[in-house]
Amino acid sequence: MTDAPAPATPPSFVGPLADKDRIFTNVHGFQDWGIDAAMKRGDWDNTKALLALGQDAIIDIIKASNLRGRGGAGFPTGMKWSFMPKESKDGRPSFLVINADESEPGSCKDREIIRHDPHKLIEGALVAGFAMRARAAYIYIRGEFIYEAKVLFAAVEQAYAKGFLGKNACGSGYDFDVFVHRGAGAYICGEETAQIESLEGKKGQPRLKPPFPAGAGLYGCPTTVNNVESIAVSPTILRRGAAWFNGFGREGNRGTKLFQISGHVNKPCVVEESMSIPFKELIDRHCGGIRGGWDNLLAVIPGGSSVPLVPAAQIMDAPMDFDGLKALGSGLGTAAVIVMDKSTDIVRAISRLSYFYKHESCGQCTPCREGTGWMWRVMERLRTGEADISEIDMLQEVTKQVEGHTICALGDAAAWPIQGLIRHFRPEIERRIVEAKGGAGTMMEAAE
Amino acid sequence: MADAPHIPDETETRARWGGFAWTAENAEQAKKVIARYPAGRQQSAIMPLLDLAQRQVGAETNTQGWLPVPVIEYVAAQLDMPYMRAYEVATFYTMYNLAPVGRYHVQVCGTTPCMLRGSDDVLAACKNKGLVKGHTTPDGLFTLTEVECLGACANAPMVQINDDNYEDLTYDSMSAVLDTLASGGQPKIGPQIDRQTSAPEGGPTTLKEMVSENHDYRGAW
Repeated sequence: MTDAPAPATPPSFVGPLADKDRIFTNVHGFQDWGIDAAMKRGDWDNTKALLALGQDAIIDIIKASNLRGRGGAGFPTGMKWSFMPKESKDGRPSFLVINADESEPGSCKDREIIRHDPHKLIEGALVAGFAMRARAAYIYIRGEFIYEAKVLFAAVEQAYAKGFLGKNACGSGYDFDVFVHRGAGAYICGEETAQIESLEGKKGQPRLKPPFPAGAGLYGCPTTVNNVESIAVSPTILRRGAAWFNGFGREGNRGTKLFQISGHVNKPCVVEESMSIPFKELIDRHCGGIRGGWDNLLAVIPGGSSVPLVPAAQIMDAPMDFDGLKALGSGLGTAAVIVMDKSTDIVRAISRLSYFYKHESCGQCTPCREGTGWMWRVMERLRTGEADISEIDMLQEVTKQVEGHTICALGDAAAWPIQGLIRHFRPEIERRIVEAKGGAGTMMEAAE
Repeated sequence: MADAPHIPDETETRARWGGFAWTAENAEQAKKVIARYPAGRQQSAIMPLLDLAQRQVGAETNTQGWLPVPVIEYVAAQLDMPYMRAYEVATFYTMYNLAPVGRYHVQVCGTTPCMLRGSDDVLAACKNKGLVKGHTTPDGLFTLTEVECLGACANAPMVQINDDNYEDLTYDSMSAVLDTLASGGQPKIGPQIDRQTSAPEGGPTTLKEMVSENHDYRGAW
């Protein structure tokens, strides 16, 4: 790693992130997650001074840092915090809910934060909760993260024992509690209102908005739901300043980001990098390249299962950020990069995602409950080639009828991967159907 | 649905579990859990308490545990909520077993990131050892379930067996894990290849100082 001097004006992409600029220094868990080790790495370092900045100043710094929510949607975090009421007119408390229900296929970053750097998250919970005038934070961790939840429970207890949480947290005069709530296996609880329902002890079925959680959320009180990574980076941003965070990534896509690379790379991993790093550089630098070489790359799902895939030729030099991937008709999502080489049965890969959404639909809205199963069954027909060519258009049409017609975005998330497949791999789908019908198409091709 | 759990006969279940009550230790734990939520909002504790109950059933039957109807009723009564509300929760979330499972609940992730890295091989290894999806082996040792993404995609393919993850599996290493469990041993938890958690195989590309010492990078800020 080279330590380049900080440039005067923030450029688009400054090259590989230096170790000193990485927020999650124990991301791979080589060292102890405990509070003493974490404090040696810089966590809980005079948190009282951060709180002494005052609520409005903290929100202003987060706004100025241009931090966009790390849970997938990329909503500006500082702005989200500012939606919370500044004072309670009717005595209702406010709550911070931290979304650690990491279930998006491809995503595995919150897990690393929680099991290896939990104090970054807990300190962030205090700072963010204080800034939005919350009484307590509930960290909703997915049920399958059993070891991670054990670590988190223990880390919260450590923070209480040091006086960093509870009454007069960190000597600031502010009372703040952090509670951990374990889920029990439901992808939909990653949706903020479903998560609130689940926290209240109900089935995790999303609520209609409005009212938005900032008005009436958990127990009917003003609530903000933030992703683990958004919360965990906030103390470091306050310590190092908004300008530092703005030194990485392109305009509108600032900061550092945990990328999670899975699939057909030589060395899958989780790594913190600068936003806007070109795809090829990310893979070559940290993952040892594509399995079988760059010519063997077929397609990439750049942001977790919910975003459409991008074919090899388009992704190669694309900047890995919100706007760069949006321009390709996809999205950064949680920066869960699923790489597929030419050995992939691409129709099966997407069909398996369709099965995932069928399994995870909460059953509340008819288009999603019925549509996800229907789409999966047609996807399976396309996979085996037993479908008719006209079913491709019919499937496309049905995805459009599901998309945008449900309370939450799960319907959209089920539709987009299929739309991406049809957009980019229609010839492959048609080839299968023709071959299954006796190979007439292949003969015609040979004659051409 | 063909793969829906076969819920045992209610009369038998009542005879066996009608007298369910917390152990002293779990009664303490249940109190602690309920205290996490505001007064009057004790229904929030339903999920952790169902999990606790399932674990207690597991401990009593030497399995991963499940939720017989009288046990769900017991938990609902403690939280002063209608049984149906508790039953809704128990059926909505996949981690509550509505039918008995074996000593080891082998949950193979089959979602796309694991599929790309060879979850078919992992399932084949299970099949070779006599495990059938949705069923418990005749000796009561293993129950096999294909589950959806468990959030360890950079370490795919992976399985979760009771509380532990086994990652970066192959046909052979999955077979070895099952063999070790069957012989009463404890396999190595985590990656089954030479790799530190989710760092790249062969060593990290970043933060190399951290490998040997708890390095403080603030000196370079």
